[in-house]
Amino acid sequence: MSAFAQTQLKETFVINLGPQHPATHGVLRVKLVMDGEYIVEAEPVLGYIHRMHEKMGENRTWAQFMPNTGRMDYLHALAYNHGYVTVVERAAGIEVPERAEYIRVITAELNRISSHLLWFGAFVLDLGGFTPLLYAFDDREQILDLLESVTGSRLTYSYFRFGGVYNDIDENFVPGALAFIKRLRERLPMYHALVTKNVILRTRLEDIGFITPEMCRKYGATGPVARGSGINFDVRKHEPYSVYPEFNFDIPVYPKGDSMARYMVRMDEIEQSMRIVEQAIAKLPDGPVMAPKAPKILKPAKGDYYHAVETARGSFGIRVVSDGTNTPYRLKLRSPTFSNLSLFGEACQGMLLPDALALMGSLDLVIPEIDR
Amino acid sequence: MNASAIKQAMAALPAQAVAENDHAKRGNHLDVTVAPDQVVAAVTILDGNGFFIEAITGVDWLGEKAARKKEAAAKAAAAAKAAAEAAKAAGQEPPPPPPAAPAEPEGSQVDDLEVIYDFNHYETLCRVTVRTRVPRDNPAVPTISEVYAGANWHERETHDFFGINFVGHPYLVPLLLPEDADFHPLLKDYKP
Amino acid sequence: MSVHPEVIRLLIFLVGIIAFAALNAAYLVWLERKEAGHIQRRIGPKEVGPFGLLQPLADGIKLMTKQLIVPAGVDPVLFRIAPILVMIPAIMGFVTIPFSETLVARNLDIGLLAVFAFASVNVLGLLMGAWGSRNKYAVISAARVVSQNVAYEIPMLVTVVSLVMVSHTMNLTKIVGQQLGGFWHWNIFNFAASPLMPVAFLIFFVCMLAETNRAPFDMAEAESELIAGAFTEYPGMGFGVFFMAEYANIVIGCSMATILFLGGWDCPFGLYPGVHWFLLKMYFLIFTVIWIRWTYPRTTFYGLLNLSWKILIPISFVNLLLTSAMLKVF
Repeated sequence: MSAFAQTQLKETFVINLGPQHPATHGVLRVKLVMDGEYIVEAEPVLGYIHRMHEKMGENRTWAQFMPNTGRMDYLHALAYNHGYVTVVERAAGIEVPERAEYIRVITAELNRISSHLLWFGAFVLDLGGFTPLLYAFDDREQILDLLESVTGSRLTYSYFRFGGVYNDIDENFVPGALAFIKRLRERLPMYHALVTKNVILRTRLEDIGFITPEMCRKYGATGPVARGSGINFDVRKHEPYSVYPEFNFDIPVYPKGDSMARYMVRMDEIEQSMRIVEQAIAKLPDGPVMAPKAPKILKPAKGDYYHAVETARGSFGIRVVSDGTNTPYRLKLRSPTFSNLSLFGEACQGMLLPDALALMGSLDLVIPEIDR
Repeated sequence: MNASAIKQAMAALPAQAVAENDHAKRGNHLDVTVAPDQVVAAVTILDGNGFFIEAITGVDWLGEKAARKKEAAAKAAAAAKAAAEAAKAAGQEPPPPPPAAPAEPEGSQVDDLEVIYDFNHYETLCRVTVRTRVPRDNPAVPTISEVYAGANWHERETHDFFGINFVGHPYLVPLLLPEDADFHPLLKDYKP
Repeated sequence: MSVHPEVIRLLIFLVGIIAFAALNAAYLVWLERKEAGHIQRRIGPKEVGPFGLLQPLADGIKLMTKQLIVPAGVDPVLFRIAPILVMIPAIMGFVTIPFSETLVARNLDIGLLAVFAFASVNVLGLLMGAWGSRNKYAVISAARVVSQNVAYEIPMLVTVVSLVMVSHTMNLTKIVGQQLGGFWHWNIFNFAASPLMPVAFLIFFVCMLAETNRAPFDMAEAESELIAGAFTEYPGMGFGVFFMAEYANIVIGCSMATILFLGGWDCPFGLYPGVHWFLLKMYFLIFTVIWIRWTYPRTTFYGLLNLSWKILIPISFVNLLLTSAMLKVF
């Protein structure tokens, strides 16, 4: 807490940031105890879009729960698909054809780029810069078109199946993806020149909104938030799943822990995801996209199973408890932003309101994913 | 930091079971089952070894004991039948049937709620799951939010969904459910 | 009975000024949206009328027909007075602005003073509106508006004082008159008076942005932080009046920059001076103001005050000292 906030604790007022507020990007509410424009205490209030996905999971068959995973994080839905199918495949012992795994990685990484692009636009919008949002949407639109041609939907995908993917990619997908990467490679330097190097943006992000590695550990922060605090943790490298070990990519880590570090991590991840997509397309094997022997009615063996994947926001873990029937007995969804947001209350103490909102933007919140 | 080192450290705790799992099959390395009053001690060991908290959740094992009893009874009946058949085959008089009700299983007949704590490590690949069981009619576990500040929200969520009382929790009010929620939707006997 | 011709002239001018201010507000919104659209790789308004030119009309009708809600709990007097108190000074500011040698409603000898006097009432209106709203976001905004306007009025006026020292007059027509005859006579290039004149123009322009609460200094509105700041509780035309006043203030600010630094109605090459040159320069400045808004993110509040107190005020005082020294020496 800053010295200023400490001296004048007596005269505080409570302000409700949300549930409808432009900076919370959804229905998050933060109860702020303010001293002037300094934040004395912040308490996020959740649950405005709580849908009890976990109970829904107990009431449907394994396959019927698939669309729910796409509706938790609407920005990186394919990673959530991926987490769910891998854990069920692990439980039921289904082998996935290699081509299907490659297609999963390609589509999930494209989806990650689109998520980061949208975050980039929305984050600069939080800082009062309107224009980058429209440029980011312009790029994102290309990805959505590509993914739509393969998956049939634009936002809440349920493309993966136990044992493969729903549909093989069409002949336009590979050239389209390569053309998109070429285009984004040309535009990223422009974003860096116009936005990253902008002096106003730098003064608003540098040395502001520190998150220490110890805080990350105590609150279980993962993803770009942890990597912006110097923690080299990415599930794709740390606990490799799917065909990620086949690819050569780096995990961007920035040790400083301020808002700028988290910004840079995400911007660099766009580049790394493009590398993965390129390599995956180059190595894409032929073959079926669906395991021929995948059972129609799943009855995984009794027991509990855990699997985590790296989404655009961090490590999404999913624990299923099977009782040997065709519905899950228990389904726990560990969403990364839930943990990332939980440190906001501690991190923003003593900060000014605009800086705290910049910090909140740099956490990359997707509210339906926090509330599940 | 590897699973066997943690296993050794955990061995200091009284009355617990530690199982090493096949990570490729189950997704975690170590399953530690402790009594509710040992949770804080177990978590403190993990904290000292640099683990971070992934999640806290629960599982409602409603009907588990009845099912086990039924299973045991079925097993006993099958065994008796097999013995009778074996005796018959040997041309002997069938032995007297065993007592109708098998020996009462130890402990109460109230089913359990399981509380599951997931931990992971940033540097080395080691997932540790701490489990504890509390009776459904009085589900109380000491809070670990003193050890891990992030457990605060996870415990509130688990309290919302299962009604588990985290003793000593600083602010155990509904997090995801409405403020005045007095129901626990993930209990198996919850009727909306 | 005969009416004094001066009265008729004043009436005509008054109607003209109000029409000019209102039309400008309407069509600057159109310009802003169109320009923002093109900066953001889209088209902007295009449905209502050719090039969306009737869009402001549609917006106006929408705002007019909205119910004027006075929320329960607000201070009824302050809440109602505030928009008027913001709009009237904005219109009054136009009275002494010379659009050309003859096109001026009232050619006062203290014209410069009058414009700045009216302009500084603006902040009072915003403060009253925000305070009277009894909304916490609006109150934060009110605190920001006042300290921002106080901070930026100082360098602005110090810069203007140095110009008055050069011109020896506060009559705006005379100030322009001294700059006639080509761009090398304009005050912005008046290196004989002070080598820092282009810097002075820059300071004036930045202060003008801050005084009119334009991005990147739109602390009062700051919609991603304070929802709509001072205007959070205002519905329909109540908000519309604030909005019009904001654009009228931009027009006044850009007009003053044109008059004080860019030679008013003077042609850069000494040919055909007239009102068209004035409007051209003024709208170019307004174009730049809008351009800046859609390019830069918002600064923080302390960044804004630091800029004023630590950079702009010292430089403007250096400029003032330099100008007086140069005047004494030469």
